[in-house]
Amino acid sequence: MRHKDKSEVVFSDDASALIAKIIKRYPVGKQKSAILPVLHIAQAEFDGWLSVPVMDKVSEILSIQPIEVYEVASFYTMFNLKPVGKCVIEVCRTGPCWLMGAEDIVKYIEKKLNIKEGQTSSDGMFTLKTVECLASCGTAPMMQIGQTYHENLTTNKVDDILDDYRNQGVCISHFAKDKIKA
Amino acid sequence: MSRKILLKHIDVPGIRGLKAYRENGGYQALEKALKSMKPDEVTEEVKKSGLRGRGGAGFPAGMKWSFIAKPEGVPRYLVCNADESEPGTFKDRYLMSHLPHALIEGMIVSSFALGANTSYIYIRGEMLYVYHILEEAIAEAYEAGLLGKNILGSGFSLDLYVHPGGGAYICGEETALIESLEGKRGNPRIKPPFPAVKGVWGCPTVVNNVETIASVPHIVNMGGDEYAKIGIGKSTGTKLISACGHINKPGVYEIELGLPAEEFLYSDNYCGGIRNGKKLKAVVAGGSSVPILPGELFLKTANGEPRLMSYESLADGGFASGTMLGSGGFIVMDEDTSIVKNLWNFTRFYHHESCGQCSPCREGTGWMEKLLHKFLDGHATIEDIDLLWDIQSKIEGKTICPLGDAAAWPVASAIRHFRSEFEEYVKNPHSIKDVKHYFRINNLVEQ
Repeated sequence: MRHKDKSEVVFSDDASALIAKIIKRYPVGKQKSAILPVLHIAQAEFDGWLSVPVMDKVSEILSIQPIEVYEVASFYTMFNLKPVGKCVIEVCRTGPCWLMGAEDIVKYIEKKLNIKEGQTSSDGMFTLKTVECLASCGTAPMMQIGQTYHENLTTNKVDDILDDYRNQGVCISHFAKDKIKA
Repeated sequence: MSRKILLKHIDVPGIRGLKAYRENGGYQALEKALKSMKPDEVTEEVKKSGLRGRGGAGFPAGMKWSFIAKPEGVPRYLVCNADESEPGTFKDRYLMSHLPHALIEGMIVSSFALGANTSYIYIRGEMLYVYHILEEAIAEAYEAGLLGKNILGSGFSLDLYVHPGGGAYICGEETALIESLEGKRGNPRIKPPFPAVKGVWGCPTVVNNVETIASVPHIVNMGGDEYAKIGIGKSTGTKLISACGHINKPGVYEIELGLPAEEFLYSDNYCGGIRNGKKLKAVVAGGSSVPILPGELFLKTANGEPRLMSYESLADGGFASGTMLGSGGFIVMDEDTSIVKNLWNFTRFYHHESCGQCSPCREGTGWMEKLLHKFLDGHATIEDIDLLWDIQSKIEGKTICPLGDAAAWPVASAIRHFRSEFEEYVKNPHSIKDVKHYFRINNLVEQ
């Protein structure tokens, strides 16, 4: 575990400034409203997932109880509550994508990375998740990595995309790191 | 019938930026509204236009606005529902990512009409790249004096913010969205009170879909009466339809309401017909929640009238033989599609997305998913079909929000129109295992 408790959780200066700016978007006393954007930033800052110390730190920043953060983080599917690989692959599995072969894209990636859905590859590079409709039905099948939509997938395309990420070797988050600035 | 309003300038280079947007008539409606109209006059034009909510429910937008409470000293809020997550629907993402200023102008004009001085765009968390596009466009608008204090010298001030969700279909329901905006789990609220009286932070709030709000500047520009001439009957204006599934030309199309369904499906101007020369089996015309129709009932009503792409025509015959225009998520299935397998996928989705507040939905969706899994595994019985019917009938109308109905309708309509397919899987359990959808991926390695 990277942090033993919340005192060890330190957001970067850019992230802290952005969080302060976001909190001001809501009426005074309604800073709890900032919880979802702050959790996205926290996930981008701390390895793509939300540990208990990180959530406790978020509760401190927003002056709310830790349980108010836990109950929200566990409700929304974008938040990972256990460690993930550097690169989380999210394949859409809902109706329209599924009609166009999403099931087989999932199977293909499982075989290629030798993992099952929900697991992380042994080198810690990839985690495979299936997600619900990402509003990309006209370009199905598709998957999301970080904030990028990869559309009209074929197995060759999946190979190329995953090779690219492997070569870059960097941690990809939903909230792009270069956007974390006030 | 090919009139374009919302997407007229979508192919203009640089239209995502303020300069190109303004050069193509952008922010003229804002100037007109702020300089020559009173807020109630804007609402009046929207009422006259007959514009109906484009998120799925189809409720008249002007009427919704007129319900907003105006207690002295209490702020009012406009919240844009950009939590587009109804399977089959991708029009709002398309509109926002290509024409962010169309939404922003709509937000300013609509906020002016409602007397809101702070407004939010609640966008799906998964669409964070669009969040950043909107933030850039909002920054441009502030820079140009189109947002902030005393907009264009009118005395009207507005702050506009984008708020990302966290991944929850239910937050597309307006009271769940409000809960989520308050930083809570997306559990829908019991109505009344309606958001127009008690919405975000207990203040009067209007929640409108992206496409609805983006239509408002056009209504202000041309006048409500003129807008009402577009379309057919009470289905006024144009509608974005996101077409997907087994068609030649998937994509987002702007249609004038009233376009013949057959033309939309088969014309090369739109969907371009069924892929690979296959036959049409079924259509889900308005997002996964609306009743599925067999091809023939989609093209012609039970009375043999040609079906039109309008709120009324698609609903003709009620749920016995009709469906809904819904969100415009248009999903086409060819002759090789298994309706039962597709239904299992949809039902699994609703089970996954049920917030868990109401037992009929929380338990019923899971039960239906399990039963449908029996068909997939080849050990379902005839009684299971009747049980499915029974369960869906006990979810519909018995939950706080419409997710229960949304989960029930696909099941009811699949059994109503395709009962023989369920029976076939009972008699011949292996046949469902032979259904494969992945042959469409041209280079997939056989496994």
